[in-house]
Amino acid sequence: MRFMMMIKANKDTEAGVMPSERVLAAMGKYNEELLKAGVLLDASGLQASSKGARVKFSGSKRTLIDGPFAETKELIAGFWIIQVKSKAEAIEWAKRVPFDADDQYGAEGEIELRQLFEMEDFGPSDAVDQMRELGIGEKK
Amino acid sequence: MGAAETHQAIDAVWRIESPRLIAGLARIVRDVGVAEDLAHDALVAALEQWPESGIPRNPGAWLMAVAKHRAIDGLRRTKLLDRKHEELGYDLETRRAETASGLDEALDDDLGDDLLRLIFTACHPVLSSEARVALTLRLLGGLTTDEIARAFLVPEPTIAQRIVRAKRTLAEKQVPYVVPRGAERSARLASVIEVIYLIFNEGYSATAGDDWMRPTLCEEALRLGRVLAELEPQAPEVHGLVALMEIQASRLRARSGPAGEPILLLDQNRALWDRLLIRRGLASLDRAERLGGSKGTYVLQAAIAACHARANVATETDWQRIARLYAELVRIAPSPVVELNLAVAESMAYGPQKGLDRVDKLMAEGSLKSYHLFPSVRGDFLMKLGRFEEARREFESAAALTRNARERALLLERARACSAT
Repeated sequence: MRFMMMIKANKDTEAGVMPSERVLAAMGKYNEELLKAGVLLDASGLQASSKGARVKFSGSKRTLIDGPFAETKELIAGFWIIQVKSKAEAIEWAKRVPFDADDQYGAEGEIELRQLFEMEDFGPSDAVDQMRELGIGEKK
Repeated sequence: MGAAETHQAIDAVWRIESPRLIAGLARIVRDVGVAEDLAHDALVAALEQWPESGIPRNPGAWLMAVAKHRAIDGLRRTKLLDRKHEELGYDLETRRAETASGLDEALDDDLGDDLLRLIFTACHPVLSSEARVALTLRLLGGLTTDEIARAFLVPEPTIAQRIVRAKRTLAEKQVPYVVPRGAERSARLASVIEVIYLIFNEGYSATAGDDWMRPTLCEEALRLGRVLAELEPQAPEVHGLVALMEIQASRLRARSGPAGEPILLLDQNRALWDRLLIRRGLASLDRAERLGGSKGTYVLQAAIAACHARANVATETDWQRIARLYAELVRIAPSPVVELNLAVAESMAYGPQKGLDRVDKLMAEGSLKSYHLFPSVRGDFLMKLGRFEEARREFESAAALTRNARERALLLERARACSAT
């Protein structure tokens, strides 16, 4: 099964402040551990929300809202996609993210774990068949 | 944390830490069986203590410390007090006196080599194929005997026996616990690659309704391949293996229809192909090719798979490239199926006459006579050339040769279609 681990943003990531050398080194080592264990499928940092945008939908109306967005705690600063045998294994990997490499992260940090859908998770339905056609949620 | 949750967490820690743990211990005691026993002892201690004390900050180090403690006690108890073991015991004692972080550093330095030693040993050619697979899944995958048994559709005692005998064979044959070097290394690496691909194929052959452990074999093989790629980054065939598996796995969702019937590659809905896996597979293939040297069978097979993966629709397939790759593969690893694939690729690239020329040449060389797919492929070329009577006869021959009822029905159908034309 696959999980997405999302690292939550904070005022520094939102301000575009680069992490310290120690944090970068610790994160690098962590990514290496994921690589060596053969569980890392994908990973990326996300730039500050000031560089992003939102499209809001209301009926047929589309509204564009430029970043930055205020609710820092709900924003994501980066993600990993890992392949593991169980949710418990994903949790164990999440616990090993080196938040305490530096005060910057040590004060407060959060990883959110979400399991990816595999097509088997859906029951049969026309909408599901259409998603299947589009290739959304294909296994692995 | 509830008891059930703690146990799940400990299981997860075990799955992550056990290969390194066993590998590190095996370096000390020079025996994978003893190493695994020591590791299991540490797990038992964890199951006893962690529900109370909580999971330690560095669970791997905790387990290693406990296991090493028992290793020292064990050595003393067996009274192997010749000088060598005394030294070993002393060495272990002094290491235990080091600070925790010092121990971690010492472990890290040897980590790559430790794991490699374990992998090479589990895949040692002195063991049967089945034994290598079981031992690898156990020691490097952290799978239980039950899980391995369900994955391979055999009874649990069979797997248990297989693993016990494998460890005994390694001990009896006094297989040296080393990383092979020099000329021996690439042959031994080929054995490891073969084991991993065997596991992958077993998983790939799983059909809907099988035990859910079976398809997870693909994931496990992929993971082991990726681990190996980090340990042996200079070996092109390792990256070839990973590339091949990633790309084949990318098609898992597309290869069966709603009734579980197999769908041929060229007929598959490519929207169902996993793009992330394809991207990863192409990247691994690139790594392999950039290492240079003559291409091995896995790199070639991966390159062929990549040709299909790059085509968004079947009609965009670069058949000429596939034909060239099969021609290379035939040179280094000829077999009826490879030769036939070459003929098919050439027919797709240059027309059915070229394909027919190729099979007739192979027929004259004697390699394809009793291969049941040969007449059906030849029949296909003849049909495309409008030679319907000859095609009909070939399909009927093919139908007679196959033992698969559905295949026979399809071939007879094709024969009938030729008569109707």
